[in-house]
This record gives sequence, structure tokens and C-alpha cells, in this order.
Amino acid sequence: MGNLASGLGAIALGVGGIVILFWALNTLVERLPKRQEERFRPYVFIGPAMVVVAVFLMYPSLVTIVDSFRTRIGTPDERWTLANYGYLFTNSALHDAFINNLLWIIFVPTIAVAVGLLVAVLADRISSTWEKISKSMIFMPMAISFVGASTIWLFIYTWRVPGQDQIGLLAAIAQALGNPMETPILQNTTLRMNTFSLMVVMIWLQAGFAMVLLSAAIKNVPEDTIEAARIDGASEIQIFWRVTVPQIRSTIVVVTTTILILVLKIFDIPRVMTNGNFNTDVIANVYFDQFFTARDQGRASVVVVALIVLTLPFMYINIKRFREQEAMR
Amino acid sequence: MSAAPTPAPDTDTDTATEDAASPLAPPKEASRGSWPVRLGLILVIAIWTIPTVGLLVASFRDRDLTRTSGWWTVFTGEGFNVTLDNYAQVLGAGMGDAFINSLTVAVPATVIPILAAAFAAYAFSWMEFPGREWLFVLFVGLLVVPLQVAFIPITRMYVNLGITSDFVKVWLAHAGFGMPLAVYILRNYIGSLPREVIESAKVDGASHFETFWRLIIPLSVPALAAFAIFQFLWTWNDFLVALVFMVDNEVVTVTLAELVGSRGQDWHLLTSGAFITVVVPLIVFFGLQRFFVRGLTAGSVKG
Repeated sequence: MGNLASGLGAIALGVGGIVILFWALNTLVERLPKRQEERFRPYVFIGPAMVVVAVFLMYPSLVTIVDSFRTRIGTPDERWTLANYGYLFTNSALHDAFINNLLWIIFVPTIAVAVGLLVAVLADRISSTWEKISKSMIFMPMAISFVGASTIWLFIYTWRVPGQDQIGLLAAIAQALGNPMETPILQNTTLRMNTFSLMVVMIWLQAGFAMVLLSAAIKNVPEDTIEAARIDGASEIQIFWRVTVPQIRSTIVVVTTTILILVLKIFDIPRVMTNGNFNTDVIANVYFDQFFTARDQGRASVVVVALIVLTLPFMYINIKRFREQEAMR
Repeated sequence: MSAAPTPAPDTDTDTATEDAASPLAPPKEASRGSWPVRLGLILVIAIWTIPTVGLLVASFRDRDLTRTSGWWTVFTGEGFNVTLDNYAQVLGAGMGDAFINSLTVAVPATVIPILAAAFAAYAFSWMEFPGREWLFVLFVGLLVVPLQVAFIPITRMYVNLGITSDFVKVWLAHAGFGMPLAVYILRNYIGSLPREVIESAKVDGASHFETFWRLIIPLSVPALAAFAIFQFLWTWNDFLVALVFMVDNEVVTVTLAELVGSRGQDWHLLTSGAFITVVVPLIVFFGLQRFFVRGLTAGSVKG
């Protein structure tokens, strides 16, 4: 219970502290001559937020880039090196992780968006009560942590030697169909079956997110465009592909890139379900192993630099889209 | 609304809970839809709900039964003898403490960044100053920066500054990581408040500081709530930040992951443990779905 009290104390301190900080800064600014006051006040308002992101995101990014060129960090032998980049480009275990990440990036956003779109379209055609219920069911996993979801699916995937009573749903179904699984699915490296089994968890988590945004977009498609197509004799499927999809294209892009960025950094699911074994490793887990287990900060940093480079295009896309929206405001 | 949907005072993007008739839906003849539609939906819903239902059922089954037969047998004749032993055991095995720790992490980590973000959002929306445009672009850019950049430098910084409390370490980290999204969501909302309202306050002689407290905060409650729910779920469900920064204390996700590692075959514990970790987010989710959806649509560019 001591924790709970300290938590409440922290809320009081955090909230009280920041109120006092803003009030004090504002009082200071008000003492300045009128012209100075107007000049400095905006920076008082954005100051604390600015400081926080500078300390927790911007400064660490620079340090990480510098660290990626150093080895034996924190020891007397610390020195500049390019060896970490040698590791990045030549290490075969890391390459396998990159291949897995690539598979994640290709399949997870695509399938999650496809499922989300399917449910959005189908649920649009049933009564509103049932629409609401079905959507809640698909959306529900969004509230569940990656670790919780991993445990839920580990239970589905759990396996006993063929012939025994199976307690995992998947192995039980396989056995009931007369096609028992010879190995646990998470150890099955044929066609990277195990990596795909991990992806299922992420798709299960993210499809609801895709569904919500796509459903909102579909409901915003102007009725007359659909009516016009219907009068022209287009089938429902033609209307979907030729009228609806082009009009919700930008939402599809937003949803896909959002899930893609999430997948790029995927860590919890492989960590909990396989710990990267059986050729299911991903880059964020390699980073964690280098940082925590091997304690090689140089190598850990170079893996993060690779992650940063991979997110740069999305940073560019976000900023570009933001500017376009601003121009329309 | 065609591009990234963002919350605005007048528009509702949370259609998950709304039932606006859509132009796409042909006349809703049978209210339950045609056969292929129903069949498709039932199939997807089954795949999406059975895993959670199975977990819940198994968590109330006797340990020996869980070991020897599938949870679905309760529906095929075996019957269901509900037991709470699994919960008692897993709560005693660290999950109880972890639950309190998770609350202790998530609530302050949610509350602390909100005010700083709201002030910044107000300045970005309604004050003129050099650098306004590109400073905000900076926040937009930071939305996608991977958290992994922070762990090594911030661990070092905490050591140098002598910050040793597990909770202070994660509160500050979550405040930092959540800030770009908070500023982004709140600025979208505060920026779309009607100009006349802000102008009239100015005419009445209110300073920016007074306008902010008396006008902006009360008007922004929907957006503040949306971000709060989003950040609470994010910090409650977080695994990586807690794993890195918390040395002496564990949160529910970390405890669950450890149980999976050390007692991977004890499904009576793993199922009840997993349910304990997901019950709070599920309550928040079902209770505040409307705000949650709004937060999602607004934050769809978070990295």
C-alpha cells in the first residue's frame, strides 16, 4: 500500500509542481516590460513540453548516433570505431532478424487492413445494434497489452505429443481433423511458419484499429457517388473497388503506415512467445539482447540507428501530410 | 475528414459506437443482413473472441483439469466447476504487488504530461511567435522516433543525476515519450476551437494565462479525456519501458512475461495472471469506448 500512497503523492507533486511552475514562469514574464512580455510568453507556454522532448527524445537520438561509432563504452578502453557498422552489415543473425522484420512489415499491415476493411464493409450492412456489437468484439483486443495477447495466443498454440489429449486449441483441431502436428507451431521453421504464427497475434491486435478508422472513412463517402454508380448498374463489388476504395485511399494509407511503424519496432510478442529462438528474432529484440544481455552499448546503438533510418521516410510522410492539412485549414 | 481524421469540436469520428446509416449500405432489408454477410462476420468474430473466451474459461478451471483436458470440454459435457484458487495463487505469487505497481506507474504517467502538453498546444494554436511553425513540425517528426533511442542515454543520465526511484524513472520517461502525441492531439483540438471565443476573451481583457484556465481547459475536456485514456492504456500495457527502467519493482506485464518464462506449462496460473493484466484496460475500454476511439483516430500517426 506504500506504493499506492507514493503514487498519489506523485500525482499531487507532478500536477501541483507543474501548475506552480507555469504560474511562477508566468508571473516572472508579467514583470517584464510589456514588449518583452509578449515576446517571451509563448516560450513559457511551450517551454516545459519542449524541454521534456529535448531531454527524452532529441538528446538521446544524438547520443545514440555518436555511440554507434564507439566501442567499449564506459570502460577505460572506450574508443572510436566503425566495427559496429561492420556488425550491422555482416552479422548473419542480425540479417535473419531483418528478414523477419521485412516479413512482418509486408504481411501484418496488409492483412490487418484487409480484415479491418472487410469487417467495416460487412458490419455496415447489418442492423446498427449488431454492427455495434460486432465492431466492439473485433476492436476489443486493442485494449489488451502485447504481453497479455502473447499469453492468450501461447495458450492457443500450446502443444502435446500427438496422440495425447491436446489442451491447445490449434493442436486439438489439427488432431481432431486427423492431421496431428508433429512439432509445436512456434518451433516449426518450415516456411517460417513460426514467424507467421507470431504475426497472427499482431494482426489480431491491430485489425480493430484499422476497422475503426476505415469504417469512419467509409461512412463519410458521399451517398450520391454510390447512388450514381448503382443507377449505372454497377454491382456492389464494383462499387466497392471503383467508388469506395478510391475515396478512402488516404485513410488506408494512414492506417497502413501507422501499423507499419508499430511493426517495425515489434518487440514484446517475439520476446514473450519465442524469445527470438527458432529463427523468429526481430531487430528490436536483437537491440535488447545487445543492450541487456551482451551489454554492448555500441552494437545496441548501431541497431537503433538502423531503426531510426527505417523510420525517417515515415517522419517525412507525416510532416508532408501535416503541411498539406495546414494548407487546407 | 478524408485524410487523417482528427478530433474537432463539431465532428464525431467515433463511429464504432455510433450508428449513422451509411450510403454504402443498401436498404437494410433484413436487419441482420444477408447470409454471406452474416456468415463472414460470424467467422471473423469467432476468431477474434475465442482466444479471450478460452483464456477466461481456463482461468476458472481446476489446475488438474486444465492440465489434462482442453478448456472447451466445459461446453461438451464435462461441466464447469468454477474455482478461484488460480487467482488466489497467482496474486500471491507477485501478481498482486505488480497490479498495485502498475496503477502506481500508469496514473501519474498519464496525468503529469497533460498540462504541459495543453499549454504548449494553446501556444501553438493561438499565439504568434517566431519559430512556431517549425517547432510544431518538430513534434510531428518526433511522433515516429523509436523509443529504443532513449534507453541507453537516459539510463546513464539517471545514474549521473542520482535518480534511483523506479517509479520516478518511468514516470519521467512516459511523460517524455507521450509528449509528442499529447501536443499533437491537443493542438489539433484547441486549434479548431472557434476564433471568436478566444477573441472575445481578449476583448474582455483576459490575459493568455486566464484565457487558458477559464476557457481552453473546460472546452478541451473531450480531447484531454481522449489523450488521457490513450496514455493510460499505453502506460498500463507497456512492457519495454518498465523492463528497462524498473529494477526493484515489477508491473503486471513484466510479471506475466516472467511467469511465461519460468512456469510456461502452468496454464492455470498463466491464464489467471493474463486475465489480471487485461482486466483494467478492458474496463477502461468498455466504459470509455467513445473517448478511446476518438483518441485513436486523432493519434493515428503515433510511432
